[in-house]
Amino acid sequence: MTEIAPDRLAALAEAQAPREPETTRRRRTAATTPAAERLRSGLTRFYLVLFFAYLFLPLAIMSAATFNDSRFPTVLPWLGTTTKWFGVLLDDRLMWDALWTSLIVGAGVVAVALPTGVAAALLLNGLHARARNIVYALMVSPLLTPGVIIGISTLIFWDRAFGMPGGVLLTILAQASFITGYVMLMVLARMQRFDPGLEEAALDLGATHTQVFRRITLPFLAPSLAAASVIAFLQSFENYNTTLFVKGLDTTLTVYIASQVRTGLTPAVNALGVILIGITVIGAAVYELRRRQALKP
Amino acid sequence: MTTLLRRYGWPLTAVIVLLCAWWVVVMVVLPQLVMVDYSFRPNLLPREIGTEKDVWTLANYKTLWSNQIHLAIFFKTIWASCLVTFVTFVVCYPIAYYMAQVARGPKAGLFAVLLVIPYWVNEILRTFAWYILLSRGGPINEALMGLGLIAEPIDLKQGDLGVILGMVYAYILFMVFPLYTAMESLDRNQIEAARDLGASIPRIHWRVVIPHSKPGIATGCIMTFMLAAGSYAVPALLGSPGSRWFTEIIYNWFFEGGDWPQGSAYAFILLLLCLGFILLMLKLFKVRLGDIAK
Repeated sequence: MTEIAPDRLAALAEAQAPREPETTRRRRTAATTPAAERLRSGLTRFYLVLFFAYLFLPLAIMSAATFNDSRFPTVLPWLGTTTKWFGVLLDDRLMWDALWTSLIVGAGVVAVALPTGVAAALLLNGLHARARNIVYALMVSPLLTPGVIIGISTLIFWDRAFGMPGGVLLTILAQASFITGYVMLMVLARMQRFDPGLEEAALDLGATHTQVFRRITLPFLAPSLAAASVIAFLQSFENYNTTLFVKGLDTTLTVYIASQVRTGLTPAVNALGVILIGITVIGAAVYELRRRQALKP
Repeated sequence: MTTLLRRYGWPLTAVIVLLCAWWVVVMVVLPQLVMVDYSFRPNLLPREIGTEKDVWTLANYKTLWSNQIHLAIFFKTIWASCLVTFVTFVVCYPIAYYMAQVARGPKAGLFAVLLVIPYWVNEILRTFAWYILLSRGGPINEALMGLGLIAEPIDLKQGDLGVILGMVYAYILFMVFPLYTAMESLDRNQIEAARDLGASIPRIHWRVVIPHSKPGIATGCIMTFMLAAGSYAVPALLGSPGSRWFTEIIYNWFFEGGDWPQGSAYAFILLLLCLGFILLMLKLFKVRLGDIAK
């Protein structure tokens, strides 16, 4: 915004309206004419309805298909209401195995990504200009890399160099390699509001380095650590593109869903979808409410 | 570095540096380098590795050049990903602007929650929802027949249309949030001023809102393009053998062809494509990498 473009000057020149009392001018600019204003707000409302319908209708239809008494997941024709697909789902051993794998992988990813992400944020905070930029670029690069490539490179590296085949362990390593980036960004955002004077003061007053870290740095970062853990776990839980290449013979819940859709599709998949969406909606609502309350003075 | 040492002492600093080195070197950089090295080697049996057969070659890259089908799919993936990115931008721009500059009070908060919820629903489930919508007896077909536009149900999962529709839906929120964040920091007085001075609505957007939102637009486009070009889930679920995606060929080299060096070469080409797109966006919008991914 350093130069004044000719276009802007033209816009300024166009605006040489005859001078009017302040009140009428205000009203005119707020709403050019009542009809145009009504049209605009009508269009806005129409777009909003359309946008949110687009966002939610597909999910609603998928959920509704769970309750249709049909062998295939569909809403048309409606053959009667049933909840039997929940029962089918809960009896599916493969689903439980996949869920268990997902939980282990998620916990593993949090265990790797959280300390590493915090260390990365602390390191970046302690580096200066040039070095900081280079390290930062390296650290965010996995976030800008397609997931399949992260999976492939991890698979080749560990399998060919160390004879480690795909499986839960490689899945954790592959997912953590980019999820750590998210943790780092979240911790870094919190760090920006940190007053380093606190640490200096503690040191001056004779605290040890470990005490400074445990009693000052960590407690300050705590809220972002909780949020980052949740995000890291969810990212891991829903990951498909990376996991597909490093999973070996293990199956996570997301991989299970995809394979069910591609082979042997029944509304039991929809039942799983309803459960996952339900948990998501409740979780998001609770998180949002708590965040609101925290923001209130 | 001295700052770290002074604040946390050498044992903690050593832990911090080691963790970062482990992440950046062992988990990120080395695997990528090994993959690139691998892509320049022939597909060998384990006992042949290190023998005179183990030489660098461009053969794996020539495969793509000489295989017309793969080449066509590669270019299809590029233009379709560009299309997905563009459509997503057009769909998301108004809602991001509305949320950032127009909505006020509790309504804005409600919209924010409504936007966040589908973001946390699994990508596979979001895609599966479209699987049902697009199926032969699905709501879209029924609606089109109800309107009399088609007589027979059509297979929407046959061509690239289904994949593109599914991708726009799956990645929409990766566009909304960067746009929203960028637009939110725009002082509303600037828009008021432009309006008071008589600028038309398109001109306000072209001269004030879009220039201000450049970093957000660049971030959103980069994320969407990267996700689209690198997507395996959406084409696998919503595509057909006739509408294959470049990632599906890569997958087949690994797990059906059993030719990992060949798959690595294709993967590296995909990586270069995404890198090229990032550089293009940074140049086009004149932003730095530091402004991205915030």
